[in-house]
Amino acid sequence: MNMPPESGNSRAAADRSPAVRRAKNRLFHWLSVAVACCSVGVLLTLLTVIGLRGFRHLDLGFLTSAPSRHAAEAGMGPAIWGSVWICLTCTLCALPIGVGTAIFLEEYRPVSVVGRKIFGLIQLNITNLAGVPSIVYGILGLTVFVQWFGVAGHANEPLFTIGQKWYDSFIDETGQALLVRVSGRDAPEVSVSESLEYRSESGRPATVQVTPEAEIAPVRTAIDTFAETLTDALSDVIEPGSNLSAEATAGLVIDALRTVALPTDDRPHAAMVDRWASLAMQASGQTGRDYRRAMRAVKTAVYTEMSKAALPNVLSAKAAATRTDRKAFYYVQIPFGRGVLAGGLTLMLVVLPVLIVSAQEALRGVPSSLRQGSLALGATRWQTIYRMTLPAAIPGIMTGAILSISRAIGEAAPILIIAGIVFIRFTPHHLMDEFTAMPLQIFDWAGRPQEDFHDVAAAGILVLLGVLLTFNATAVLLRHKYQRGNQ
Amino acid sequence: MQNNKHTHRVAAAPSLQQPDHRSSEVRPASGESSDESSEFHCTLTAENLNAWYGDFHALHDITIEIPNRRVTALIGPSGCGKSTFLRWINRMNDLVPKARAAGRLELRGTDLLDRLLDVVDLRRRVGMVFQKPNPFPKSVFDNVAFGPRLHSRYSRNQLDEIVERSLRQAALWDEVKDRLGKSALQLSGGQQQRLCIARAIAVGPDVLLMDEPCSALDPKSTRRIEELIAELRKQYTILIVTHNMQQAARVSDLTGFFCEGRLVEVGLTGHIFTNPTRKETEDYISGRFG
Repeated sequence: MNMPPESGNSRAAADRSPAVRRAKNRLFHWLSVAVACCSVGVLLTLLTVIGLRGFRHLDLGFLTSAPSRHAAEAGMGPAIWGSVWICLTCTLCALPIGVGTAIFLEEYRPVSVVGRKIFGLIQLNITNLAGVPSIVYGILGLTVFVQWFGVAGHANEPLFTIGQKWYDSFIDETGQALLVRVSGRDAPEVSVSESLEYRSESGRPATVQVTPEAEIAPVRTAIDTFAETLTDALSDVIEPGSNLSAEATAGLVIDALRTVALPTDDRPHAAMVDRWASLAMQASGQTGRDYRRAMRAVKTAVYTEMSKAALPNVLSAKAAATRTDRKAFYYVQIPFGRGVLAGGLTLMLVVLPVLIVSAQEALRGVPSSLRQGSLALGATRWQTIYRMTLPAAIPGIMTGAILSISRAIGEAAPILIIAGIVFIRFTPHHLMDEFTAMPLQIFDWAGRPQEDFHDVAAAGILVLLGVLLTFNATAVLLRHKYQRGNQ
Repeated sequence: MQNNKHTHRVAAAPSLQQPDHRSSEVRPASGESSDESSEFHCTLTAENLNAWYGDFHALHDITIEIPNRRVTALIGPSGCGKSTFLRWINRMNDLVPKARAAGRLELRGTDLLDRLLDVVDLRRRVGMVFQKPNPFPKSVFDNVAFGPRLHSRYSRNQLDEIVERSLRQAALWDEVKDRLGKSALQLSGGQQQRLCIARAIAVGPDVLLMDEPCSALDPKSTRRIEELIAELRKQYTILIVTHNMQQAARVSDLTGFFCEGRLVEVGLTGHIFTNPTRKETEDYISGRFG
């Protein structure tokens, strides 16, 4: 303050007249207000435009329904669920790793010179990683999580799976699809005569005998022959083009049946004849008076009935077995493929540096007097961390975690690389399932040529903004509560 | 008085003795025999203790014997190594990077400078009270129960008993018995410091280290702590670092004067304050420097 050159001081004093200083003060005051207004103005304009465009589409249906080729029906249900899935995986993986690393860096600082050098290096790396563009993490995630460096097979032919069940599917005589469990992808086709658990499409479990085609064929031929004979007999008694009532048809069928022989060369039992007649009556009742359709219906009905009688509980292997798989909710494969887990882990990479640094900050905020007090009572380092430091740092860690997770939700670039732009209409069912996420869905809509889809994209942005605001508000509330609790 | 003290020890025995047994198993202590006549023994001894922080030589050839169940005050100007000496006794200096020590520092025959020493066990036997009251952000009860819970699993009744006994010993029970569940941060500064003392004695230590325990307190709270120290000296070996020479004169039996990392003089408090043998001591005590 007591500078010697008096002359310089007096010249400066001439510049700084009170009026000039006040004017400058006012100028910068208004300048900062103007700049602040600019940024708020831009934000408000953006929100207004998006709000006006998007809110038309915004309703419960939009939140729940699947994306569609028609803008009016498009919704972001799968995208919301996909975001929930990847953010949950991301959180569950990132929290323990991030907090653990922060504890390691803050609480287990080594005393030796070499150890401190290594720690400094790790710290520097983490701080630098926080600035790496997220698309880089996307490519890293693609190599590491999706493909496992290519050392464990391809995503479509994984080296290792858990929770995957293979089935051979058949079409049974009634036209229903049946699934027969087989041991694996490369298991021999189901063809031997054995009792097998199967379940139909409707989920009805039952036991059937799977009989090889060779054994079934003669019986089937016999039934075919009989059906042919029956048709011939029917065409003998029913004139083409005649209009007959159902009862009349049934009567004619019974007459015809009495004349034909069964495959076994026996005359049909009276009970069977009655049964077939009623079937014929039903069939012609349904088909009306169209002669051809009535004939076909009768033939099918009789054929089915005879098959059931001749081959009880037999699942014909006539239809070529198609091998399909069902994945349980705990399905895991290696490599992970373009699934939820790979997406979540990649997001974890994006989030981890920030999470670690904020957790470190929270741990550093715990007064060292508490730590020393605990250690002086004979607590081990872990006891001190577990009982003292961590509980005191939890609010700070939670705040950092929520803020970084909200970053993960809005992250599009790495997810784009992991998921690819796939049109997904379903919510994920397991960790390896394909997924889409909110930013991805918005990107997809915004990129379409139709103007209507741009409005849908605006609605999607509103939803995303809502979610992010909720997250950030939670973080702020948590911090406030923590600060109040501390006083 | 003598009787009273003995009944106190007996009452304290059942739950607090248990960890002691375990510690003596770990180390077949040569000090075990000295336990009976410990009143007049010195089980905490330093011989030619040198300590460094990096290149800074903080302690020079400290040789001192701390008598059992007496209050030993360490006085001296700031930065003279009093606290460093204290922090080597319970090895809190382990937390300081580049801190090292050489020489001999023994508690009941245990080498306290041994790199492989179980510091967790050591710190249970050597409690510490810090300059600034540092109650944990927990309830009063949980503060006192923190130490015992670290070392064993106690039933709720045992914990109640330990907490009440410790708080009574720290002359705090009557003030907090109705708000054991309240946060310790709501107590006054003096109460907080007594709570820290209660917390330290709840684990049943032999030695209590106090690092300027009253420097953050008002005179009234200071007096209460001093009264408490006078009470506690019947059971614990107490080392107290203080900047307040009147305090040292009031509470201690022995006084050591540190200056620039050296132990200039040590002797009976009365002797040091009235008739110091070294000139530096006299200068410091009479306020001519420091």
